[in-house]
Amino acid sequence: MEKILEVKNLRKTFYKNRSPFPAVEDVSFHLMKGECLGLVGESGCGKSTAARLIAGLLEADRGSVGLEGEEILGQKGKKKRDVYTKLQMVFQTPQDSFDPRRTLGDGIMESMRNRGMKKDRARERMYRLLEQVELDRSFGDRYPYEVSGGECQRAAIARALAVDPLLVICDEATSALDVTVQAQIVELLKRLQRERKLSLLFICHDLALVQHMCQRVLVMYQGKIIEQGTADEVIQRPREAYTRTLVDSVL
Amino acid sequence: MREKKTIVRKQKAPGKGIKLKLILWGSLALLILLTAAFAPYITPHDPYEQDLGRALWAPCREYLLGTDRYGRDMLSRVIMGARTSVFSAVLLVLITTVTGSVAGTVCGYHGGKLDTFLMRVSDVFLAFPGMVFAIAAASVLKGGLFGAVAALALISWPKYARIVRSQVMAIKNAPYMEAARLAGSGTVKIIFRHMLPNIAGPVVTTAVLDMGTMMMEIAGLSFLGLGAAPPAAEWGSMMSNGRSMLQTSPWVILAPGCAIFLTVMIFNLLGDTVRDLLDPRQRKKEELPL
Repeated sequence: MEKILEVKNLRKTFYKNRSPFPAVEDVSFHLMKGECLGLVGESGCGKSTAARLIAGLLEADRGSVGLEGEEILGQKGKKKRDVYTKLQMVFQTPQDSFDPRRTLGDGIMESMRNRGMKKDRARERMYRLLEQVELDRSFGDRYPYEVSGGECQRAAIARALAVDPLLVICDEATSALDVTVQAQIVELLKRLQRERKLSLLFICHDLALVQHMCQRVLVMYQGKIIEQGTADEVIQRPREAYTRTLVDSVL
Repeated sequence: MREKKTIVRKQKAPGKGIKLKLILWGSLALLILLTAAFAPYITPHDPYEQDLGRALWAPCREYLLGTDRYGRDMLSRVIMGARTSVFSAVLLVLITTVTGSVAGTVCGYHGGKLDTFLMRVSDVFLAFPGMVFAIAAASVLKGGLFGAVAALALISWPKYARIVRSQVMAIKNAPYMEAARLAGSGTVKIIFRHMLPNIAGPVVTTAVLDMGTMMMEIAGLSFLGLGAAPPAAEWGSMMSNGRSMLQTSPWVILAPGCAIFLTVMIFNLLGDTVRDLLDPRQRKKEELPL
């Protein structure tokens, strides 16, 4: 097993009215190939910020992120675009993650078109991707507000898979959905992970879901990773007091 | 009762209503623009030929809208005036929209010191009475109609910069912007493909709705002798010329007045339709039977 993602001493401080607020403090972890790593913690603990830092959507103050051994922090221009052929994200609010003026198909095809794929081929591939996420072809021509949250999230997963990424960061990808749809999306993610040998960074605040999805879990609190271990270990025998309260509040 | 009626209309023609409206108002606006473009070829009389012998004739067969105090044909002058009034308003709106949008996009997207600087400059323009500043600027420029357009552009861009800036700031951190970045789109592509189309609605609506205001402001400067100089036909200055004859020869003021009214109305309705068309969410709401 090789490491696909290695995060070291990641740090980001936000300033609100000139008073510093450390959102992410010295976060270090790694992710194995084909592994699903859970990242749990309460709202505002820095999970999403960490995800955005890793994806380069936010600029980190310090630290390094290695993807397949290559440093991806601070990359610009073409190099950064190359990173996005290996790393993709699925966002929390599916409907907001698609341009309201463009169809879902356009959104899925954007990355292919940006890499110079011809329109017909991109369209064919888009249809295949829709099939893989169990959506009808006709969804390619619909607008994000015309479909349900679950359908939209499936399309968002199809968009993430369009570049055949190695790593997909799911930033609370199931939080905005109701329980039954959530279960379907989780099953879809599990299946795709198995079939494509994807590595997943699964950010979530639902511990039961994390236990179901992930092999290993990181617990984040106030910008720091306070505990890590296998999912069963962390959830059944939490070492830290905070993890215990987190577990108790759910189970 | 009123609500029931709306529901029936909405169910009857979902989506088609907007297209029909766009075709109707669009073709009327196009007609005005074409009239302006081909004005010299379609005037029945020479709009500048004076004949005091037929001064202030009431509308008749030969002179459909009557004549003014120098005996010039009002219809010809109204048609000719379309060129000056409409084109200068279009030009003015284009200049302000483009400069305002560029400034607003840069400010909203980039932020930082440049944003602060440009916004303070726009604050100065917004705080100062616009028309007074335009009068001062136009009299310094002394460039006739173009001077007036330039002066008005100078006072009008901050409004667009503000609108665009706030819109850009509202959507620049939307998840679909991040998604576009993840799809490997560069900043320029993101701005042109995802940002501008999404903020075009309010900008275009403001622009088309501003057509009327701009026309009136140009007319106002013309009235003060800072815009179109006599004898050039221009609706605003034609109206001010006819002001004193409102009771004796109302057609002199009514003809250009109606022209302004109709043009402004058509552009306003066109603006509304374009907004509906540019915002699919708005369109969706209208299609749904509530």
